[in-house]
Amino acid sequence: MCFKAKRRLTLALSSMSALLPLTAATAWAQDSKVNAINMPVGVTEVSASIYDLHMIIFWICVIIGVLVFGVMFYSIFAHRKSKGVVPATFHESTKVEIAWTVVPFLILLAMAVPATKTLIEIYDFDDAEMDILVTGFQWKWKYEYLQEDGENLKFFSNLRTPQDEIYNEEVKGEHYLLEVDEPLVVPVDTKVRLLVTANDVIHSWWVPDLAVKKDAIPGFINETWFKSTQVGIFRGQCAELCGKEHGFMPIVVHVVSKADYVDWLATKQSEAAEIKELMAQSFTLDELAERGKGVYQRSCLACHGANGEGGVGKAIAGSLLVTGAINGHLDSVVNGVPGTAMQAFGGQLNDVDMAAVITYQRNAFGNNMGDMVQPLDIFNFKKGQ
Amino acid sequence: MLKVSENPTLDITFKMVVVAVAMFAFVFVVMVPLYNVLCDALGINGKTGGRYEAVQSGVDESRQINVQFVATNNDGMPWKFEPSETMMKVNPGAANSTVFLARNPMPDAMVGQAIPSISPARAAQYFHKTECFCFNQQPLEGEQSAELPLQFIVDRDLPRDIGTITLSYTIFDVTDMVKGAVATR
Amino acid sequence: MGDHHHGPAKGLKRWIFATNHKDIGTMYLWFSFAMFILGGSFAMIIRAELFQPGMQLIRPEFFNQMTTMHGLIMVFGAIMPSFVGLANWMIPMMIGAPDMALPRMNNWSFWILPPAFLLLASTLFMEGGGPAFGWTFYAPLSTTYAPPSVTFFIFGVHILGLSSIMGSINIVATVWNLRAPGMTWMKMPLFVWTWFITAYLLIAVMPVLAGLVTMMLMDIHFGTSFFSAAGGGDPVLFQHIFWFFGHPEVYIIILPAFGVVSQIIPTFARKPLFGYDSMVYATASIAFLSFIVWAHHMYTVGMPVSGELFFMYATMLIAVPTGVKVFNWISTMWRGSMTFETPMLFSIGFVVLFTIGGFTGLMLSIAPSDFQYHDSYFVVAHFHYVMVAGAVFSMTAAVYYWLPKWCGRMYNETMGKTHFWISFVGFNLAFFPQHFVGLAGMPRRIPDYALQFTDFNMMSSVGAFIYGGSQILFLYNVIATIVAGQPISDEKVWEGAEGLEWTVPTPAPFHTFAVPPQVK
Repeated sequence: MCFKAKRRLTLALSSMSALLPLTAATAWAQDSKVNAINMPVGVTEVSASIYDLHMIIFWICVIIGVLVFGVMFYSIFAHRKSKGVVPATFHESTKVEIAWTVVPFLILLAMAVPATKTLIEIYDFDDAEMDILVTGFQWKWKYEYLQEDGENLKFFSNLRTPQDEIYNEEVKGEHYLLEVDEPLVVPVDTKVRLLVTANDVIHSWWVPDLAVKKDAIPGFINETWFKSTQVGIFRGQCAELCGKEHGFMPIVVHVVSKADYVDWLATKQSEAAEIKELMAQSFTLDELAERGKGVYQRSCLACHGANGEGGVGKAIAGSLLVTGAINGHLDSVVNGVPGTAMQAFGGQLNDVDMAAVITYQRNAFGNNMGDMVQPLDIFNFKKGQ
Repeated sequence: MLKVSENPTLDITFKMVVVAVAMFAFVFVVMVPLYNVLCDALGINGKTGGRYEAVQSGVDESRQINVQFVATNNDGMPWKFEPSETMMKVNPGAANSTVFLARNPMPDAMVGQAIPSISPARAAQYFHKTECFCFNQQPLEGEQSAELPLQFIVDRDLPRDIGTITLSYTIFDVTDMVKGAVATR
Repeated sequence: MGDHHHGPAKGLKRWIFATNHKDIGTMYLWFSFAMFILGGSFAMIIRAELFQPGMQLIRPEFFNQMTTMHGLIMVFGAIMPSFVGLANWMIPMMIGAPDMALPRMNNWSFWILPPAFLLLASTLFMEGGGPAFGWTFYAPLSTTYAPPSVTFFIFGVHILGLSSIMGSINIVATVWNLRAPGMTWMKMPLFVWTWFITAYLLIAVMPVLAGLVTMMLMDIHFGTSFFSAAGGGDPVLFQHIFWFFGHPEVYIIILPAFGVVSQIIPTFARKPLFGYDSMVYATASIAFLSFIVWAHHMYTVGMPVSGELFFMYATMLIAVPTGVKVFNWISTMWRGSMTFETPMLFSIGFVVLFTIGGFTGLMLSIAPSDFQYHDSYFVVAHFHYVMVAGAVFSMTAAVYYWLPKWCGRMYNETMGKTHFWISFVGFNLAFFPQHFVGLAGMPRRIPDYALQFTDFNMMSSVGAFIYGGSQILFLYNVIATIVAGQPISDEKVWEGAEGLEWTVPTPAPFHTFAVPPQVK
C-alpha cells in the first residue's frame, strides 16, 4: 500500500513536471527527434529526394509568401485612413492580371519537373533482393519473409508498451508506443520489396525515415520498397484509421548489417525448428505456467487484464469457460469467438505457446484447476477439428 | 433552353431536381461499372480479368519471368490455405499450371471465395488465367482438404522491365453469404 | 408572390411556419452556431485527451467517436448551414428580390436539419457507440466493422443531403429569376456569384454522397458487395466515390467564404474590388477543377503512376485561380483608405491564414512528398487553416459586418477586436505546431502519442482552449448587441459599403424590395 501510494506521488510529480514544456524537452534533449519540426531526411535515397523536393517547394512557398504578405503589410501600414490617404479608384489592369496568372503557372511547371522525376524513381519496383509480405491486422502487423523454397518465416509484431504505461500507472519508457515485441529485421544496402495487404480493414504502413507509406487493403495487394543506406532502428505507426487501437500498432524496423541479418535469419529458423522439437516434448505444469505467463502478458493482457479481471474481454479469473472442459477452452482460444473481440489465436501462437498460455490461464488468478495442456494436445486438437 | 414550365421558378426547380436525380443515378449506373471496366483494363489495384481464352501465340524463349504466389486469410477465415509452390519461373506465352492447397479444419461445411490481386498492378493485364479456382466459390466439407487448380499464361507483350509478378490470393469466408443457396442444394 | 404587407406571426408559429428569408436565415445561423459549439466541445475533449501522452480522460473507442462526430458536425452542421443562413439573409437583399424563390421549400430545408443532427448525436448513446470511423468513413471500417448505429448515421446523412439540395435549388432559382431589373450577371455582388456556383456544386455532388451511403446501407443490410472484396467489390471504390463528392465539398465550404471576404475588403479599403471579372472566372475554374482532382486524397492507395501524375498536375493547377484571388484582394487594399474594424480584421486574418493553408495545400499536391504528409498531423494543420481560418473566420467577419444591418444595433467594437486577437493567437497556437508534429511523423486520429510530440501537443491544446474560449466572447457580444447594442439608423452602416443591401432601412424590415429597385 505504502509503495503504491509513493509511486502515485512520483507519477503525479512527473506529470506535473511534464506540464512545463522546457523540463520535458531537456529530459530527452539528446534525442534529436524530440520536438523535431521538420520531415526526417531519412536513410534511403528516395527519402532524401523526397526531403529535397519538400524543401524546394517549402522555400518557393516562403519566398512567395514573403513577397505577397510584404506587399499586403506595407499597404496595411501605409494606406490607412488615419494617415489621411485618399483612396485610389483603379479596379482592374489586364496586364497585371495576365502576369499573375502566367507567372504562377510557370513556377508550377518548374515544380512539376522534380516531382515527376522523384515519383517515377519511387515507382521502380523491380530488381528487389528480398520480398516481405506485410499484413495489417486489427491491431498488429504480420511479417512474412517470402523464401524461394517455400519455408517462409512469419511472425506477428505487437505493441510492447505495457498497459500500465498507457494508463499512467507507470512512468513511460523512452520509446513509449513506438516499441514492438518482434521488429522487422532487414539487411542494409538491400532493396527490400514489401507486398502490403490487410486481414480486416484498411491500414497503412508508414515509417518516416524510410519514406514509405502504403495502404494495406483487405483483398488487394500493394507493393512498395526501400533500400536503407544506414544501419539503425527506425520507427513508425499505422497511418490509416483502423478502429479502436489504431494508435497502438507501431512499426519498428531494425536495419542490420548483411552478416547480422544472416545470423538473425539463422536464429529465427532454428527457433522455428526448436518449436517443432518442443512440440514433441512433455512439460511439467510449472514449466508451462512459467512460459504461459509471458505469452499471457503479450497476447491476452490488453483485453483480459493483468489479473484476469477482464476489460474489453471477459474475466479469466473464475470464468466458467476457463474452469470448464479443456476442449471448450481450447476452441475459443484457437478459433476465437465469432461476433466478439476474441480473435482466433490458432494462427498467431505456436502450439507450445498455446499450450502454455492455456495451462497458465487454468491455474492462475485463483482458477487452480490443476490440469494442463501439452503442445501435442494442441497439435491434435487443431488436426482433429 | 428547353422550357418545361411557363413559370420560370418551377422551370428551373424542375431542371435542378432532374440534375440531382441524375447525379444519384450516375453513381450506380456510371461510376461503379466504369470503375470496374477501368480496373480490368488498366489493372488498377492489381485486379485481374475473368477467364481467358487461350490464343496460340508461341512461346518467348528469350526470357523467364518469376511468378510468385502469396496466400492470405481474411479475418475469421480458419482454413489452411497456401500455394503448393511459392515461386515459378515461366516463359511468356507458355501455358503453366499449379495448385493451391486448402483445408477446412472446422467440423462443418464452409464456402470460401479467393480474391486475386496482382503486383505490380500494371502486369495484371498481361497475366491471363485460363483456369482458376477464384472464378467460383469453393465449398469444402468439414475437415476436408482440396487441391485448387490454377492455369495461366503470361502474355508475350509483358513489358521488358517487369521481371517478377506476384499473384496474391486472399481467401474469404462466404459461408453466410451463400447460406440460402447451400441450404437448398 | 402573396401578401407582403403584414408583419411576422407571433410566438413559436413565426419560426415553425417561417417562410420569410430573414427568419429562416436567422434560424440557420443560430442552429449552425449551436452545432459549432457542440462540435467545438468535442474538439475540446480531443485536445484535452491529447494534452499529455497516455490515456487520461477517455477510452480510445470514445476518442474515435469524438474525432468522427467533430468532423461531421463541423462540416455538415456548423459551416455549411451557417453559409446557407447567410445566403438566405443576404442574397435576396443583394439582388433586390423580395424573398427566396421557393419560400415553403426553404422552410422544409431548414426544419429537417435539427432532426437529422439529433439523430446523429443520439448515436453516441446507442449500443456500440456512435460512428467511430472518421468523417471520411472509409469502408470496410464503416460497413463490415461498423457499430450498429451506422444505419442511423446513414439516415442522418441522407436527410442533411436532402436539406442541402433543397437549399441549393432555392438559391439557383432565386438568382436566375428574382434579380432586380438591371442586375445583370456581371453586376451581381461576388458573394452572390460564389454562392450561385456553390449551389450548382452542391446539386451535383450531394446526390453522389447520398448514392455512396445508399451503397453502404445495401452492403450492410441487403447483401450486396459494392465495397467488400469477398463478393467482388472493392474498398478503394468507396474512396473514389467519397472523394468525388468530398473534393467539391471542400470548395462548397470555401467559395462562399471567398465571396464574403470579397464584399468586406472593398468596404474597409473604400475602393472597389480589384479584378471583379477575374474573380468570377477564378471561382468558376476552381469549381470546374474540383471535379478532376479527387484522387489526390488517395495517393497511397496504390494507383498506377500515370494516375498519380494526372491528379498531381490537375491539383497543382488549382493554385493558379486561387492565387489570382489572393492577388486581387491585396490589390484591392493597395492604395485604399483602410480602417480596421472587426470584420476587416477577420478578413485580413482570413487572407493571411488561408494563404498559408493554400501553401501547405500546394505542398500536399506533390505526390512524392505526400507519401510523407498523408494522414499525418500536417494534413490536420492544413485543413484547419483552410476550414477554420478560412471558412469560420470569414463567417465570423460576415456576422460582425452585417449584424448592425440585421438588428439595427452596433456591436461593441473593442470586444470585437479583442475577440479577433484572442482567436487569431489561439488559432495559430493550436494549429501551427501541428505542422511540426505531422512532419516529424505523428499520424492523425490517434488518441495517444509518442513522447517526442509532447510539447507541441500541449501548445496545440492550450491554443485550442483559447480559441474555443474566445467564442464565448463572440456569443456574448452578439447577444449583447441584439438586446442592448447602440441603436443605429444610418442605412449604410459602414462608410465604404456599396450594394443594394445597404439601401434598405436599418434595421432591415421584415419585407424588403417588395417593389424591385432599378439597378443602374
